[in-house]
Amino acid sequence: MEAQSNTINNGAVNRDLLIMEGISKSFPGVKALDNVPLTVKRGTVHALMGENGAGKSTLMKCLFGIYKKDEGHIYLDGKEVDFKSSREALDNGVAMVHQELNQALKRSVMDNIWLGRYPKIKGLPFVSESKMYHDTMQVFKELKIDDINPKTIMSTMPVAQRQMVEIAKAISFNSKVIVFDEPTSSLTEKEVEHLFRIINMLRDRGCGIIYISHKMEEILRISDEVTIMRDGQYVATKPAKDLTMNEIIKLMVGRELTNRFPPKNYVVQDEVILKVEDMTAMYSHLDSVSFELKKGEILGVAGLAGAGRTELLENIFGIATKKRGKMWLNGKQIYNKSPKEAIANGFAMVTEERRATGIFGILNILDNTVIASIKKYLIKGLFLSNKAMEKSTAWSIDAMRIKTPSQTTKIRALSGGNQQKVIFGRWMLTAPTIFLLDEPTRGIDVGAKYEIYQLIMDMAAEGDSVVIVSSEMPELLGICDRILVMSGGKLAGEVDAKTTSQEEIMTLAAKYV
Amino acid sequence: MSEINKPKKGIAKKIDDFKALNGKDKASFIGNWLLDRAMIIIILLLVLYIQSVKPAFLATASIVNIISLTATRLPIALGIAGAIILTGTDLSAGRIVGLSAFVAAILLQKGDFAGRFLKDGNPWPIFVVILIVVAVGAIVGLVNGFCVAKFKLHPFIVTLSTQLITYGAYLTISSAKQISQLDTSFTENFVTKKIFYIGKQVAVKDGVEKVINPGTPVMLYVFLAVIFAVVMWFIWNKTTFGKNMFAVGSNEEAARVSGVNVTLVIIGVFVLAGASYGYTGFIEAARQGASTGTTGLNYELDAIAACVIGGVSFVGGIGKISGVVLGVILMQLIMTGMTFLGISGNTTYIIKGAVILIACAIDMRKYLAKK
Repeated sequence: MEAQSNTINNGAVNRDLLIMEGISKSFPGVKALDNVPLTVKRGTVHALMGENGAGKSTLMKCLFGIYKKDEGHIYLDGKEVDFKSSREALDNGVAMVHQELNQALKRSVMDNIWLGRYPKIKGLPFVSESKMYHDTMQVFKELKIDDINPKTIMSTMPVAQRQMVEIAKAISFNSKVIVFDEPTSSLTEKEVEHLFRIINMLRDRGCGIIYISHKMEEILRISDEVTIMRDGQYVATKPAKDLTMNEIIKLMVGRELTNRFPPKNYVVQDEVILKVEDMTAMYSHLDSVSFELKKGEILGVAGLAGAGRTELLENIFGIATKKRGKMWLNGKQIYNKSPKEAIANGFAMVTEERRATGIFGILNILDNTVIASIKKYLIKGLFLSNKAMEKSTAWSIDAMRIKTPSQTTKIRALSGGNQQKVIFGRWMLTAPTIFLLDEPTRGIDVGAKYEIYQLIMDMAAEGDSVVIVSSEMPELLGICDRILVMSGGKLAGEVDAKTTSQEEIMTLAAKYV
Repeated sequence: MSEINKPKKGIAKKIDDFKALNGKDKASFIGNWLLDRAMIIIILLLVLYIQSVKPAFLATASIVNIISLTATRLPIALGIAGAIILTGTDLSAGRIVGLSAFVAAILLQKGDFAGRFLKDGNPWPIFVVILIVVAVGAIVGLVNGFCVAKFKLHPFIVTLSTQLITYGAYLTISSAKQISQLDTSFTENFVTKKIFYIGKQVAVKDGVEKVINPGTPVMLYVFLAVIFAVVMWFIWNKTTFGKNMFAVGSNEEAARVSGVNVTLVIIGVFVLAGASYGYTGFIEAARQGASTGTTGLNYELDAIAACVIGGVSFVGGIGKISGVVLGVILMQLIMTGMTFLGISGNTTYIIKGAVILIACAIDMRKYLAKK
């Protein structure tokens, strides 16, 4: 760190575009950032890595003035800056593409891009729509985005296109430093390539890119340097070419993770527990999907965004309306008209959007744990027994290895991984035989992922069956027995997880696109 | 990235899209199209029914009457619409109308009237009074907006409180006295000045013109309402403030991170709304020739109903001036229609309530993603 201080003193002409040094930030009871440095060079992509809770977001929020840093200095182009708001940062050429799309959905693309800085008609207090349109087209042309009409209402566009608009917006500020926070989480492979071309173009222009992602493959491909953080502290900054995936993981978790996936020590039984035939959705594009699920099997569902994977689970679980389709559970025909019926039939579902449809953020661990099995705790069918609920919650915290100060902690205070474990525990209490898991490890850090995989394996080992939807191919290959590949709402094929390859799955995934 | 398609534009494209559907989808498309416009269709059917029973309903005099009444309720609805676009509401509107009507009335009572509220003096200059009442409304709006933006209170709570405070202030100052005997410079020479007559009938007999029917007068405030709506249209659609209002209503956080001063936008919307109520109070005092304790009572409910019928959605970020205008007209058609049918005032409430429920349900339908 002394070395970094020196570079500042060495004068204005240097390659260091953004220097953050000695950044500290405390919240009541927690030291979120402890003397953290970060130096981004001109014309480079700098990956910022760390588990959830490592302090990446807090560091970025300090840069943008969303949080007021307790200590430390930030230099941009050699000049010390201290932004009070994200607007001030934008005006000084520091922009951010947020992970969670924060857009005015009912407004048009161009309204969103120029929000907060609408161009005026000269001499009049009116907004110039034509200039907005023209400027938007200019930005799109520069970025080779040719399939978005600036006048389209945001809510009518797919998430991936909305993500591109967000990126275009950040770039339209002519920013020198652009932060990408998990930009690829909703993009398809093809769009990721497009994004990488854009990032390379920005790099060639001399911009400094800060790239936050959990996807190791991406980091190693796109970045020049990697800074790793752990528990609010700086661990290391290294050139990406000198790093391997295992080294990064080691630095992130502070210990060697010999395996990303737990070993399999059970056998899938031959008995078919669930048979699905001709499943077709009423309001979405799920079309005639049939498959069988065996007892103790982990069945993966692969596919691109929009392939109908979530829709498949939602139709099985009764969240979505079926157009046609039959299901047999242990040879007996069932329908699952509603989640309630599905739960009664022994199904459990962990939804994709944890924050929106998984947790009850302002409720505590206990409330979040017992909600799906609440009737179990009634005394004489009238009042809920606190004792019984506390006992079940204690069991869940223990069995799922949930790290929480107490049962009465609000769930939103936990990390993503622990929240997910609470939800797993919630479903375990309903004693299900079939688990439907939709992106169960999204936004969860490496260490916690391993624990989630272990939980999934444990379920299978006990003879329960799991259907898992995931966009992370290595994950599916690592824990599944068999993988269904979906494409354009249809089942494109089925592969054996032990013998297949990523290429085979990708080819199938593109079958009906 | 998907294929670039150069679609046809406007109606031609819509027709093509429709042709591409199969039979069942066509039926559901038509069904949805009708359902999206159900409120207007229901009201138009109602109008046709009333017209067939009571032919005088759509006579010139009646239509002018409906338009005039629409004009009185339009500014308040346009003001409230802003609050609804922010996913809020404004319950204080009617009482602000009442208070500002009172202020306008005491400042513009006849100078020679013995029972003047303000003992001495003459009527104030009319334009000064307009500014004062608009300011009165704007100040209450400022309080509303400030509390919503700064204390993060729900507009429902804030405006419920200011509604009570405003009414209490009015009662305290006025001792609930009716203020009448307003100066003609305010009433028939300004607000209710007859600009022209529609349906004037003249018979010429022996070379002498004789007016059989003077026709129905169109008064100045109707034109003022039109100007008001035009100004609001420009504010909503052409200014930074207007665009920011929609953005904040659609996603407050997105607006904030984009550098929009959200606090200022929220306060601005409520101040503008308050000003429109103040203006309405001014018009109402002149139109009714008096200010009483019930002036403006429940106006906000009619205005909210009109907004909802006109497609201003409580979902936030959605609404058009044309929609609000249409909503107020439709609302007025229902009210006048019920009078024509001889339906009692008590039943009117039931129908109004039902109209709001149906309109909201239909509106919500559009934003629910079916699964």
